[in-house]
Amino acid sequence: MFEYLITNYNYMVVVFLMMMGLWAMIAKKNLVKKCIGLVIFQTGIILFYISMGAKNNSTIPIIDPKYGEAAINYANPLTQILMLTAIVVGVATLGVGLMLVQRIYKEYGSINEDRILEKFK
Amino acid sequence: MADQFLVLIVLFPLFVGLLIPIIAYFNKSVVWPLAILSLIGSFWAVFNTATQLLKLDPSSSISYYLGNWMAPFGIEYVVDRFNIMVLFAIICVSLLTTIFAKQVIEKELGDNAANFYSLFLLFITGLLGITITGDAFNLYVLLEIASLTSYGLIALGRGRALVATFNYLIMGSMGACFYLLGVGYLFIKTGTLNMDQLYDVLPLLFDSKAVLVGFVFIILGMWVKMAFFPLHSWLPNAYSLAPTAAACLMAPLMTKVSVYVMIRFMLNVFSTEYVYSVLTINNIIVIMSSIAIIAGSIYALSQKNLKKMLTFIIVAEIGYMVGGVWTGHVDGIRGAIYHITADAFMTLCLFMAVGCIVYRVGNDKLESLKGIFKKMPITMICFLVGGFSVIGIPPTCGFFSKWYLISGAFNSGAWYFIIALIISSLINAVLFFRIIEIGFFGAMSNEKPDYKSLQSIKFNEVPINMWLPLVIVSMILIILGIYTNEIMTNFILNIVPMM
Repeated sequence: MFEYLITNYNYMVVVFLMMMGLWAMIAKKNLVKKCIGLVIFQTGIILFYISMGAKNNSTIPIIDPKYGEAAINYANPLTQILMLTAIVVGVATLGVGLMLVQRIYKEYGSINEDRILEKFK
Repeated sequence: MADQFLVLIVLFPLFVGLLIPIIAYFNKSVVWPLAILSLIGSFWAVFNTATQLLKLDPSSSISYYLGNWMAPFGIEYVVDRFNIMVLFAIICVSLLTTIFAKQVIEKELGDNAANFYSLFLLFITGLLGITITGDAFNLYVLLEIASLTSYGLIALGRGRALVATFNYLIMGSMGACFYLLGVGYLFIKTGTLNMDQLYDVLPLLFDSKAVLVGFVFIILGMWVKMAFFPLHSWLPNAYSLAPTAAACLMAPLMTKVSVYVMIRFMLNVFSTEYVYSVLTINNIIVIMSSIAIIAGSIYALSQKNLKKMLTFIIVAEIGYMVGGVWTGHVDGIRGAIYHITADAFMTLCLFMAVGCIVYRVGNDKLESLKGIFKKMPITMICFLVGGFSVIGIPPTCGFFSKWYLISGAFNSGAWYFIIALIISSLINAVLFFRIIEIGFFGAMSNEKPDYKSLQSIKFNEVPINMWLPLVIVSMILIILGIYTNEIMTNFILNIVPMM
């Protein structure tokens, strides 16, 4: 069991990052911290995809005469390309989120969830 | 030309949506006609695809390969008899909403109107893309396009809309990330993202834990996006505070498209065998959806605000569809698929009518509806057709979808689902008859009607481009109901495999 965890440590890191992000999104009262949690969560997923495409003793997925044309010598390019798209999506989400936080701050003078809720009463 | 229709469906609103901010810089008055033209173009493409499809064998589909990369390698757009129906619903709803929305947008948003149309069209692009794509990762990207634009649309609303949008953003991103994670698990096991290929490969992996986790994550992500009961908390505030036009577009479509994605994954990626035989979680989910239906209805009953009431009715309707699919009987699944289209039009009808009321009356509190029938007869009659459809009174389409759902629940022995459906219908009847009472007699139940103030109310209907789409939608509700049998035999029968 312990050996299994050691050899798959990348997935442990991914799970740890995702749980950390999820906790920040749910439990933190500060809206900016919620945004940070969102980014950590997405980073966890990005690492998950990247590590599933990685191989031992392989190089970046551009054909190089030194390594020949066998696919085993190259990391899986598909996951990397998917994650480029996911990074763009993540940046857009973060941008919209921060824009909302900024406008909330202008309107209510606080970015703490409890204080904003007090102002509604 | 003829083989490009599939991609044109998505391209029309996408490009016009991107061009609108530039055009609006020079001339603001052409934006609205341009938006309508782009949607008519998209409608034309959907219509042509449908005529091509109906000439083919019922179980076949039309594919389009983007950039001419063949299916498992490139992104594929697929249209079959399931999603052509959803596409029709999306494009009709968005076209009617755009025609309806002109005055409302100008009144509520003023100078922001042009940018609003841009987001509006990009949102429609996202939904059409989600429905038409045959690639699991492409679906994620389009889901995020639809979600991001919907955050923008809701944030333009009044009052607490900003905070509601932020909550929606956190919840929605969480849902989308769960979906992405689920697709990742499937990709590890199968090495493909194409839905057809996943369907071919997955039967070999049915006892794999990774596939199970992937399935759970995908379904969970979609539940967040569709506001299935315990995960619904973002929906009521977001949709009731959004600008009227945005609410008219989002409330009918976003949740229903998420339901479509869930059913798509259950039937066409994981296969019915996996979902109903390998996994044995049907009963739990049907119980959960029964709770969702009852809770949504009770919440709706306790609202004093018309829009808020309708948003809780949506939560209950989501329970209908999720429960119907998970009963595992053919009738239940057919009912749920039919209900996607039917509910899109029902919700549109109700939200449009409320939009008209807000446009004239100024707010959507229940007590300000006194004497509304005399003031706005067309709006209120259409509102009632929508309400009757939600209650399930024949010949509106709500009756027939409920009939199929109950039949599915009956055949699979899920008696609690039948009870939940009946309770919800009764509560809906109370809700809408309460509005009739206030609207006709001008009294909340405990005070005496005041006839003098009723007589002073004058006829004051909304402009024609607002009530005409509303009338069309309420006609569609009745026409869908009358032609239920044809829709079932031509479209839905072929989607659901016999079990």
